[in-house]
Amino acid sequence: MREAAAVSTPNPLQRIPGVAMVLVLLIALFSVIAPGFLSAANLSNVLVQSTILTMLALPMTLIIMTEGLDLSMGAVLTLTSLCVAVVSLATKSMLLGLGAGLLVGTAFGVANGWLVAIVGIPPFVATLGTLGMAQGLSLIVSDGQSVVGIPHSVRDIYSATLLGVPVPIVMALVTYAAFHGLLYHTRFGTYIFALGGNREALRYAGLSPNKLLIAVYAIGGAMAGIAGLLMTARMNSGHPTAGLGLEFDAIAAVAVGGTSFERGNGWLLGTLLGVLSVGVLRNGLNLISLPSSVQVASVGVLVIVALFLDGLRSRA
Amino acid sequence: MTDITKDAIAPPRSFLSQDAIQVFYRLLAAFLICAALAVLSDSFLSLGNILNVLRQASLTFFIASGLTLVVLTAGLDLSVGANVALSACIAGTVIHKTGSPALGILTGLACGGIVGLLNGIMVTALRIPSFIATYGMLWVLNGLAYWYMAGETLHGFPAGFRQIGSGYLFGLPIPVYLLLVFLGIGTFFAQRTIWGQEIYAIGANPVAARLSGIPVARRLLLVYAVSGTMAGLASIIFLSRLNSAEADIGESLTLPAIAAVLIGGTSLFGGVGTVFGTFIGALILTLVLNGMNLLSVSANWQPLVTGVIVILAVWLDMKTRRRAQ
Repeated sequence: MREAAAVSTPNPLQRIPGVAMVLVLLIALFSVIAPGFLSAANLSNVLVQSTILTMLALPMTLIIMTEGLDLSMGAVLTLTSLCVAVVSLATKSMLLGLGAGLLVGTAFGVANGWLVAIVGIPPFVATLGTLGMAQGLSLIVSDGQSVVGIPHSVRDIYSATLLGVPVPIVMALVTYAAFHGLLYHTRFGTYIFALGGNREALRYAGLSPNKLLIAVYAIGGAMAGIAGLLMTARMNSGHPTAGLGLEFDAIAAVAVGGTSFERGNGWLLGTLLGVLSVGVLRNGLNLISLPSSVQVASVGVLVIVALFLDGLRSRA
Repeated sequence: MTDITKDAIAPPRSFLSQDAIQVFYRLLAAFLICAALAVLSDSFLSLGNILNVLRQASLTFFIASGLTLVVLTAGLDLSVGANVALSACIAGTVIHKTGSPALGILTGLACGGIVGLLNGIMVTALRIPSFIATYGMLWVLNGLAYWYMAGETLHGFPAGFRQIGSGYLFGLPIPVYLLLVFLGIGTFFAQRTIWGQEIYAIGANPVAARLSGIPVARRLLLVYAVSGTMAGLASIIFLSRLNSAEADIGESLTLPAIAAVLIGGTSLFGGVGTVFGTFIGALILTLVLNGMNLLSVSANWQPLVTGVIVILAVWLDMKTRRRAQ
């Protein structure tokens, strides 16, 4: 396993079939059984609704590449969404709201990274602890109530268009471009591959794996902050359970996208296709009027199948 | 063999074993919390409140005791809370439909056990890392419970059935007797049976365990099935105590159960810990939450405090063990 990990270059050609096939199958399935699925309005709806998930799933890919996990992302997004709502309500300024969300999100990200890298707590337990903390803070900040009456400047972000393209989609595309550049075209990106594949090599090269790890988790927290702005804009309010379970959809997208949980190689385009798969699955089940509970269960099954296949690949 | 060689072979024995010292620290912590609460709040030392703490701790303990075995094998079961919710909903329906509490209890235990078995199959046969497999299971169960209940609440169960969770026997709540029984069974199983010792061996070194002929996959299946069945048992206690069942009752149960295991000194890296430690862990956590309640801190603070406790417990555990080595 170590030998395979040392050569941690992604091999997209091998994986394109997997996740692309899942996406094509889902689209084919729902265009047959769900009336109205293929309409332009619905497809653009799927894209817009996938934007928040994209912003979580991309950093989640990096975190999982380091053989880590961030279970706190959904709860942190809830908290940052509330921060955006509360601060923009108090100051009437969208930018100050975004700043607050970014700050709180990054703080949680750094805390996660510190607990994992310096204290050495296994990621899934460290982030489970911070999940509880973010959830608790959300309840405390909001007192269990929705925060309503936020300024139009926040709400408009979700419905505005830029050159005919909805702003959330523009934001998601910019995010994707940024992550693609970061992972495949910078030295930092190479280090991320090494964090999961060969941490010793980083140490021998005179780098600090701990600092890099903290940076990766901090990016995750910051992205949860930006996604928090979108969430508040989308719901036109802050709600103490807004992001409940979103980290699960993000993990599902990464897993379906072919990023391995054990070998430190990730594939961002796969994650993007994974996000769309989860989005299509939820939208399609919604159209054939299955309740959201069934959607949750089916995403769970999707993850387990994807991981099973991942396990098969690693043994092959 | 002379006395000299005996001395040379046997390591010097300290007065107390490392495990006993760990347990002692935790009992001391529990005692200190009790003392602080007795000073801060008048109602803490009332009989009613103490029985309430024990009853509450027993609920956490049922879930956490099965989880302890899983953590001993260096695994984790994140699905326990959702398992409690689904088992409670299904058992509640069976009691309503058939009017037979016994049938309902069996259904609840079976439902929990089957879910646990599925977890075990995912971990052993499909080789999915346990925290991810059970995390996926969490959402599958959550979805199933919400779909099955469709927003309804089940309530109103036979008086005899409600005695299990809310009744008293010789002045003590019935769940406390169950707690003592399962504490005894769990401790005996883990410490005094071959299977229990094999579970420790798997957690300490899975490769060595396999090479020494332990059927690792079968023991892991057993451990996850036990964890699921204990969640099923907790669902019955929950059902009979609250006299109602909803799809969302499990959401606040997983983190406290994990906290109890970790406070109790069971190591996330496997092979170290005891069921008795988990009992003290459940007691400490319940004391803290009860104290917050008595000091009229809003319940909104509970997840935050539980999260902090989880991280502190792991941190302390790692620190003391590092020093011990």
